[in-house]
Amino acid sequence: MSAIRQAQRLISFSVSLRSSGIRIYQCLSKRNFHRVNSVTCSENVTSKFDDRPEFPGSKSEFVSKLEFIEPDNIKGIPVYRALGRNGNIIEESEDPKLDSSTVLKMYKDMTLLNTMDRILYESQRQGRISFYMTNYGEEGTHIGSAAALDPRDLVFGQYREAGVLMWRGFTLDQFMDQCYGNVNDIGKGRQMPVHYGTKKLNFVTISSPLATQMPQAAGAAYALKRAKNGLCVICYFGEGAASEGDAHAAFNFAAVLDCPVIFFCRNNGYAISTPVKDQYRGDGIASRGVGYGMMTVRVDGNDVFAVYNAVKSAREIAVAQNRPVLIEAMTYRIGHHSTSDDSSAYRSVDEVSYWDKQDNPISRLRNYMINNGIWDEKMEKEWKLESRKMVMRSFADAETRKRPSPDEMFEDVYDVLPKHLENQLEEMKNHVKQYKENYPLEHHEKLT
Amino acid sequence: MASCILKRLSSSKKQLCLLLRLETTAKNLAATRHLSFTYQPETASAAHGETTRMNFFQSITSALDTVLETDSTSVLFGEDVAFGGVFRCTVGLKDKYGKDRVFNTPLSEQGIVSFGIGIAAAGATAVAEIQFADYIFPAFDQIHNEAAYFRYRSGNQFDCGALTIRTPSGAVGHGALYHSQSPEAYFAHIPGLKVVIPRGPIQAKGLLLSCIRDKNPCIFFEPKILYRSAVEDVPSGDYMLPLSEAEVLVEGSDMTLVGWGTQVHVLREVALMAQEKLNISCELIDLRTILPWDVDTIAKSVVKTGRLLIAHEAPITGGFAAEIASTIQSECFLNLEAPILRVCGYDIPFPHVFEPFYLPDKWRCFEAVKKLSSY
Repeated sequence: MSAIRQAQRLISFSVSLRSSGIRIYQCLSKRNFHRVNSVTCSENVTSKFDDRPEFPGSKSEFVSKLEFIEPDNIKGIPVYRALGRNGNIIEESEDPKLDSSTVLKMYKDMTLLNTMDRILYESQRQGRISFYMTNYGEEGTHIGSAAALDPRDLVFGQYREAGVLMWRGFTLDQFMDQCYGNVNDIGKGRQMPVHYGTKKLNFVTISSPLATQMPQAAGAAYALKRAKNGLCVICYFGEGAASEGDAHAAFNFAAVLDCPVIFFCRNNGYAISTPVKDQYRGDGIASRGVGYGMMTVRVDGNDVFAVYNAVKSAREIAVAQNRPVLIEAMTYRIGHHSTSDDSSAYRSVDEVSYWDKQDNPISRLRNYMINNGIWDEKMEKEWKLESRKMVMRSFADAETRKRPSPDEMFEDVYDVLPKHLENQLEEMKNHVKQYKENYPLEHHEKLT
Repeated sequence: MASCILKRLSSSKKQLCLLLRLETTAKNLAATRHLSFTYQPETASAAHGETTRMNFFQSITSALDTVLETDSTSVLFGEDVAFGGVFRCTVGLKDKYGKDRVFNTPLSEQGIVSFGIGIAAAGATAVAEIQFADYIFPAFDQIHNEAAYFRYRSGNQFDCGALTIRTPSGAVGHGALYHSQSPEAYFAHIPGLKVVIPRGPIQAKGLLLSCIRDKNPCIFFEPKILYRSAVEDVPSGDYMLPLSEAEVLVEGSDMTLVGWGTQVHVLREVALMAQEKLNISCELIDLRTILPWDVDTIAKSVVKTGRLLIAHEAPITGGFAAEIASTIQSECFLNLEAPILRVCGYDIPFPHVFEPFYLPDKWRCFEAVKKLSSY
């Protein structure tokens, strides 16, 4: 009979309402436990015991009936949405009331990202760059979150967050230079395409291993908290990465050590080919948040305003209360995982087309803009042409630039070149000079 | 991962302390019983000023105290660090510097290391403790793919050079498979990392301070058998000893002996035995830094002696002695009078009651000296 109630009681959810209406799930404190308990539980369960569990860390009570928690009986965590598919604000209180220039920047960044993706994806297909990952379908999560942050907040990304960089002012040239690994790449041509990073824009350089950035983000947030600079960290990750041990360490450390970090999950339905049904059995990633004692919310990631509202509130909580917040943004990866993947092998064209045509973050925002008279067909046409031109120009420039000198590959392993690397550098130079016809020296800046 | 059975036995701090004391007493007895070397205290350089009598763990505490005092961004953390650490290296520091600077972490090695990477990347100083080197492996990915590559992969925009990982390693008399390992060779294969192992209290404090202040992530292995058995007059103030510099401890002419950590003390005795029993003059070198290591000091010695013996506790195959042997044979081929010999742990897990047979003790090393000299 009371399986659901029992489960609710044991899971100890309570709902707190923010002024704007986002419902953030919070672990129940001892005080309001009694309140909820008196509503949901029959008295005869508790009255049998005149004591409470005194086990270290215990927050609950004794019961005399054996009942397991059946997760399927717990209502799923709802998805917060501000903007309907037609581009109308659903509840007036949820309108972030952004000025038109901000909304225009959001739209232009989302679409410019889209254009850049198309050209770089094609260029990989033509063999001009070695690899690429598109951001199709997830533009709303990038731009909505980036817009809600302080630009000095430190970003730890996974790899599919180019929109965050774009919002912060990473230029098309910088994107292209990194993908080509040319002399202008601030990463010095060492990493595969899309492994961006910029100290200037407070975006920590991407590494390929999944979820490694998550517990690092917790540590960085701890340092920011101690520096008392009013900043926080945002950490992006996918629902697949959340299965890694590092994700667990990150959530637990951040909660236990009171770190002002926003864990932003882009739940896009797939980890390469693995669908969420093969990834987890529970209610997504958000359901884990409360288990760690974290403030948690689930949002519609294809609604850029919902994402904005959630991150803005999460940021306030993180900074004011020095605690982590988990946001699970539900979205869909419209593109293939990467240029090394063909997703038609594991999902239908119809499925992809549904999300592309029916629930796309870009078209939703465009509807809003048209409804509000700040965008029209003509502007759309002009912007499409202009943005394509901008991307093509940067692309062409990046392609003509040479790669860094091979000398560079020994730099930055340590802060200064140690003796053994000095020797190996000399050895490499002598060898390459002797066998120069066998090495692609023409693509690189000169050896010193 | 870390096997602190103590935690499960007792939740009360008082009981925990008692248990630890008991364990430590037992450890000392066992160590005395099996100690495969005699610790010979050294004298600190007069340049480093006044000294205080300290054992190895107290010299670590003193170094950490110095860091917390001189660097307001610095923090110490790990499992059981707040109450002083299971080896007592952080005793008193939480009370002195506050619980936001000296704190416990949840029980997760990968969490500890990566948390430290994040702290360092955000501009603060992180000193992470992994309770036993045997349990460092869940953090291997974070150390290898993350900490070590942080600077390189960002084109020197970001780094986590302010991270130091301290961890007790090596034989202790009764540690068996999971409290005795010397995993330094794994980390010697990681460009971007520095790996350091001190041989005694004076060295430990100076080298640890250098590691913490070095601009690259460092792993600092603390030979746990020395925590209480090694006592010296350690400089009380702030001093640093150079990284990537080996030290010639005993000069000699017939043979070079290279070791690090506890093994230096074994080799010191071997050098004496060789002198007394075989009239062989051994040059003893403490490598001190495993990565990047000091080739020149070893090569210079081998050019002089023509014979090289390297000894370490870790299993012989793929151990760091192999790297030294390979480099020295190519650097000093024409100077060598005999093949380079390695005396190391056998290629088996570190066995409990068989420890005396497993270790590269003075008798196994002495036999190698005989072989080398009569080749």
